[in-house]
Amino acid sequence: MTSTPALSVRNLTKTYDNGVVALRGLSLDVAAGDFFALLGPNGAGKSTLIGMIASLVNLGEGEIEVFGLSVRHQRNQAMSQIGLVPQEINFNQFEKPVEILVNQAGFYGVPRKIALQRAEKYLRALSLWDKRDATSRTLSGGMKRRLMIARAMMNEPRLLILDEPTAGVDIEIRRSMWQFVREINRTGTTVILTTHYLEEAEQLCRNIAIIDHGRIIEHSPMRSLLAKLDVESFVLDIDDGEHSLPAIDGVRLQRLDNGSLEAEVPKAIALSEVFAALHHHGIRVKSMRNKANRLEELFMRLVGNPAPPPATDAGRSP
Amino acid sequence: MTGHETWTALYTLWRREIMRIARIWSQTLVPPAITMTLYFLIFGKLIGARIGQMDGIAYIDFIVPGLIMMSVITNSYGNIVSSFFGAKFGKHVEEMLVSPMPSWVILAGYVGGAVTRGLAVGTIVLFIAMFFTEVRLANPLVTLSSVVLAAIVFSFAGFINATFARKFDDVAIIPAFVLTPLTYLGGVFYSISLLPELWRNVSYANPILYMVNAFRYGVLGVSDIPLAVAYAVMIAFAVLLGGFSLWLLHTGRGLRS
Ligand SMILES: Nc1ncnc2c1ncn2[C@@H]1O[C@H](COP(=O)(O)OP(=O)(O)OP(=O)(O)O)[C@@H](O)[C@H]1O
Ligand SMILES: [Mg+2]
Repeated sequence: MTSTPALSVRNLTKTYDNGVVALRGLSLDVAAGDFFALLGPNGAGKSTLIGMIASLVNLGEGEIEVFGLSVRHQRNQAMSQIGLVPQEINFNQFEKPVEILVNQAGFYGVPRKIALQRAEKYLRALSLWDKRDATSRTLSGGMKRRLMIARAMMNEPRLLILDEPTAGVDIEIRRSMWQFVREINRTGTTVILTTHYLEEAEQLCRNIAIIDHGRIIEHSPMRSLLAKLDVESFVLDIDDGEHSLPAIDGVRLQRLDNGSLEAEVPKAIALSEVFAALHHHGIRVKSMRNKANRLEELFMRLVGNPAPPPATDAGRSP
Repeated sequence: MTGHETWTALYTLWRREIMRIARIWSQTLVPPAITMTLYFLIFGKLIGARIGQMDGIAYIDFIVPGLIMMSVITNSYGNIVSSFFGAKFGKHVEEMLVSPMPSWVILAGYVGGAVTRGLAVGTIVLFIAMFFTEVRLANPLVTLSSVVLAAIVFSFAGFINATFARKFDDVAIIPAFVLTPLTYLGGVFYSISLLPELWRNVSYANPILYMVNAFRYGVLGVSDIPLAVAYAVMIAFAVLLGGFSLWLLHTGRGLRS
């Protein structure tokens, strides 16, 4: 793995004019071709980092390189590599989707004729072709998000950054977005995704970083991170609530109500042992589910303190 | 970006501005036509008939260049200030900020759009003027170059206004408190030779005076100001305001936090 990383961030510190320190000496590498999750509670600094990569936020201290191109010294070339889906809607709501896409391509120097073809390709891929000539203001929230994904593809970027692309999007559309982005990644585009739906990150991403208070607190392959999860919590639906609970070494059992139990099971103990013990006490397990998504459990442990209220985007009137 | 890519980006920006002007034509093209028709009717025909001559020229003919210039200036300024501030307010300025376009391309695209609007309105007003009087261009080259220069200067001024503006009030204040008075006192309706010496000297501080007079020279062949001085002033303002605009955009003033 000697190829240039898609993204290399070194000692990035950002203090906003109002004195808020959003990033504190953050360093991060994302390999070319990766599908990378950037997680963290509200206000952790994810959007600030993304804003600095995409040159929407002034660089403070530190350096950023995109495929070896310095955002500070080779800004224009570096920007050509990036496609950005921002957290908030930021297209002109009075323009038509097709105009928005063709103009965006134009800003990257893509001639109109090619831009029109690309616009059609991505509008179709994201099921927006029927809406191409509608006023963008009239699109639904989910359509607006997809339009921003299409827009980010207009320069066919090598690095696609999605800042909470699925916020407020229904499950069906979310799935179709995942499929689209997976396909983009498969064709060689590096993808960086932020999301608060951890199951999404777990399903899609190969590597992961967790930011908290402007610092990286975890940076590892998804698989090894999940392997760290030594205890899993399950909720069991049971038949009979009257029987006493068995004592199993290392396992914590707790009755939630008459029809269900919570079980915290260490990795070392097989579930079949738990079932056998329950069976022995006359308790029949009808069904079982994870109490929380695995990544979610890890996340809560790493980011121990409760997330501060989102101070960022409040107060903006529509 | 290669030269060709830069050109495509520039064309894209300009075209988007033109589409915007066309989309809201009832706000961009019609109001100046109505206002100027009234000016020609009231000041030119009705009152002008009583005034007689100004600098040896029939009053209505005297005000034609001034009124055209006034329309060009206010419309160039108004176009860029509302379009660029709108892009900031609606956040779609970010579409440009994340792109590889250099700052000068963004500025040139907006200025190109604003100048086009100014010239379009100027042409409309010229046609209206031709209903009221006979318009002949004494010096077409001076006419065209002075009007384009003036449009460029005020596009930059509008851009600066938009950069500093934080709310919609801020884009209305400068036109009302600065631009309009400067235009009315810039010799649109009178020759400054009519003014007492003190006020004549004060008038020389007004850049619009130089634009109106250069343009009037182009149309009528008369001017209160030597032509070379008028051009020097216009070019100086264009360089100064243009440089400042570019610097603001480059440092991300009001755009990047
Ligand atoms: N333009 C700004 N000016 C001042 N402070 C800001 C600005 N943008 C963000 N902040 C502050 O910087 C910190 C990090 O914000 P950021 O938007 O990067 O968080 P985030 O991780 O994206 O959060 P979320 O998950 O809520 O989107 C927060 O404390 C926020 O209030
Ligand atoms: Mg964010």
